[in-house]
Amino acid sequence: MHELSVTESILNLALENANKAQAVKVTGINLVIGQLSSIVDDSIQFYWDTISEDTICQGAKLSFNRIPAVLQCQDCKKEYSIAQELTPCPVCGSYRSVIIHGEEFYLDSIEIEKDQEMIK
Amino acid sequence: MSAIRVPVVEKILSANDRMADENRFLLDQNNVFSINIMASPGAGKTSFILQTIKHLSNEFKIGVIEGDTAPVTIDADKIIKAGMPAVQINTGGDCHLEAAMLSDGIKQLPLNELDVMIVENVGNLICPAAWYLGTHINLLVASVPEGDDKPYKYPNIYRGLNVLIINKTDLTPYVEYNMDYFRKGVELLNPGLITFPLSCRTGDGVDAWAEWLKTQVKQYRQGK
Repeated sequence: MHELSVTESILNLALENANKAQAVKVTGINLVIGQLSSIVDDSIQFYWDTISEDTICQGAKLSFNRIPAVLQCQDCKKEYSIAQELTPCPVCGSYRSVIIHGEEFYLDSIEIEKDQEMIK
Repeated sequence: MSAIRVPVVEKILSANDRMADENRFLLDQNNVFSINIMASPGAGKTSFILQTIKHLSNEFKIGVIEGDTAPVTIDADKIIKAGMPAVQINTGGDCHLEAAMLSDGIKQLPLNELDVMIVENVGNLICPAAWYLGTHINLLVASVPEGDDKPYKYPNIYRGLNVLIINKTDLTPYVEYNMDYFRKGVELLNPGLITFPLSCRTGDGVDAWAEWLKTQVKQYRQGK
């Protein structure tokens, strides 16, 4: 969808937290993305390589933890996972459901390096 | 050097959401009820806004923020011609409005004179759904010629709606469109969603929408 804006948001959030932790380098970015969030991993990585240049995030590895979609049937209360949108409840066939998992969209953690002197 | 994991656990779009909260605060301070209008290109967003102004101009002063991807003022010009203040925001090629862009627009409107603010988002059924702007309600203008399968193909935008407009109902006899199939899809994604079928060309059905909006504004003022 709008991967450039999203990637910029990830970079800003990572830099902000890296500075707070007095990092000298960021080596990893751990993202949690639900199945129903329409984001293309490759596209984020592509933009990341460009916009993180000349920041302490340059070269950081992006990891995507994809969370499968889980719905709960509102009629029989069964929780079930789906391969595609608008899948009926496998138990009772109802389409009335609420999303339990699959809309996650957050930065879970960053991997950083600190100056050894500063740690002491 | 030693690698350390620093927990963050923050929404990727949290900076946008914070800005959206500021927008909402500013609107509430001025008692302005606000609507984010989304739709695909050509569904009739601007016509719908013009019909809304026509029906409610005696009751409300309505300010409009027009979001467009290209540097044009076609839509804002139409609103100003209809006698209401309008601001054009150009996203510079971006596919959606973000809270920060809206913040710039809001500051150019005479908020203390307004009752209602309408935001016309960029024509697109995917991206606008992901960016919270701080408005009070999300509205989608769907239109009959787009086809009856759109809820099935663009589920995310339907999930986040507070009200749905089905425009161009006057074209129903001329196109393949199964209203029941369309509304079944909507019901699956957003059970009980309030829906107004209407035609901006003939004006049919606009009254019911205008009455509903009047009630919403009243409830908004009472709830404060």
